[in-house]
Amino acid sequence: MDPDKNIIDVRDLVKNFKGFTAVDSINFEVKRGDIFAFLGPNGAGKTTTIKMLTTLLGPSSGTIFLNGIDVVKEAEKARKSFGIVFQDPSLDDELTAYENMEFHAILYGIGKTTRTERIKELLNYVELWERRKDLVKTFSGGMKRRLEIARGLLHHPKILFLDEPTSGLDPQTRNHIWDYIKKLNSSEKITVFFTTHYIEEADRYAKDIAIMDHGKIVTKDTPENLKKKTNSKDLEAAFLRLTGTTIRDEEASGIDRLRMRSRVWGGRR
Amino acid sequence: MNAVYILWKREIIRYFRSRARIVGSLGQPLLFLIALGFGLGPVFQRAGQGNYFEFLGPGVVSMGILFTGIFAGIQIIWDRQFGFLKETLVAPVSRFEIMLGKALGGATVAFMQGVFVFVLTLLLGVRISSLAFLPIALVSMFLIALFFTALGIAIASLFEDMQGFQLVMNFVVQPTFFLSGALFPLSGVPKFLQLIASFDPLSYGVDAVRGAVTGQSHFGMGIDITVLVVLTFTVLAIGSYLFSKIEI
Repeated sequence: MDPDKNIIDVRDLVKNFKGFTAVDSINFEVKRGDIFAFLGPNGAGKTTTIKMLTTLLGPSSGTIFLNGIDVVKEAEKARKSFGIVFQDPSLDDELTAYENMEFHAILYGIGKTTRTERIKELLNYVELWERRKDLVKTFSGGMKRRLEIARGLLHHPKILFLDEPTSGLDPQTRNHIWDYIKKLNSSEKITVFFTTHYIEEADRYAKDIAIMDHGKIVTKDTPENLKKKTNSKDLEAAFLRLTGTTIRDEEASGIDRLRMRSRVWGGRR
Repeated sequence: MNAVYILWKREIIRYFRSRARIVGSLGQPLLFLIALGFGLGPVFQRAGQGNYFEFLGPGVVSMGILFTGIFAGIQIIWDRQFGFLKETLVAPVSRFEIMLGKALGGATVAFMQGVFVFVLTLLLGVRISSLAFLPIALVSMFLIALFFTALGIAIASLFEDMQGFQLVMNFVVQPTFFLSGALFPLSGVPKFLQLIASFDPLSYGVDAVRGAVTGQSHFGMGIDITVLVVLTFTVLAIGSYLFSKIEI
């Protein structure tokens, strides 16, 4: 293990739930400064893996090192070294954009002067400074995503986890968001770890790809090599060749059911 | 401690931002005061029990705190659904600080709601027997608020979605209110009801507030406050244990 080279290092990671194994002894590493795509069909174990990487879920066995920090043993320290944009929005709709940023900054122990400057810098960066005093519930999906990315960067993380950062957005907004991500990766040297179902995004932006299925890592390589190996014209064809074409049925969790009900109610609290 | 502060502040901001909620949740206490207070008052008086409205006032104040507090705690389920809880849980702060910030924030909100209902009862004719006891009334109100907010958090930690909410309302919150002596004097009721009431945490809350406002308490204010403090710390401990076990 070499934290200077590999910023994420996962060894023999296992997660068992009652009666089944969601993550089955996986190994992978992510190079510092990389844009890394983590792909797989629904139910492959991607989200469970991300939850373990980001300390939200304890592994059944195995080790995870982020930036040289043992995630299981030093969870609070590890949390300072990454930022995350979750699959579902995690903003407080009843607060303004600025208040959401401030909340995060204080939770991460950022002092007042640095805080004010950094919030301004990042809100400008994602072009939301003019809207800082507006309640988040008045924002569009794309604006919310941009705000979440800005928020994830507040505490100068070394790694940015993006769990389906562009799902449900139109192509314009998706390109826009990827522009920010690429810029971040090159100017601030942030390692980006992302999942997506838009395989062409992985093809276009990722330097390395891991494909997960049935709780195991099926393959790890560059987009070019994956296409070559499978003799496919594009990455999506390669993906389907590697993971099959059967549709995966996931069982809805309590949270999913709740989410559906809130949609019926119109999403109000 | 900054984390506790910002979590507390979030609850306060959200509370004052939803003025409809503040006004709306005054409706039910107002209904109780008017329908029961003025409706049953004459009967109570004829039975030689004195002024029912002044007796009922503190009970309705406690009711307002109970409902707002439990609801503030239960809102963790919403935070969980809308993803905001994840944002809090991946932050480099301990679960205990998060739980404490939320509990204090929710309790402050429930306390303020209690103060509004209290002012309402004063406007409708309740008189405080001695101003010296006012601080005791306020402290008791805050303890009730903290107890039930922490209880709400503890309950919310056990549920993944709002399925169980109705269950909690019908089998925890409503009985807690109706059997607490908020509506009727505990002296003179059948023994079994007295026994049930003595196991109801709200009985002591109502009794403390009533003792401070009217000068008459059933258990004695010393016992009331002691029981409230002990229960509050117990449920805070249980709540933070259950909260620390939440997996997203």
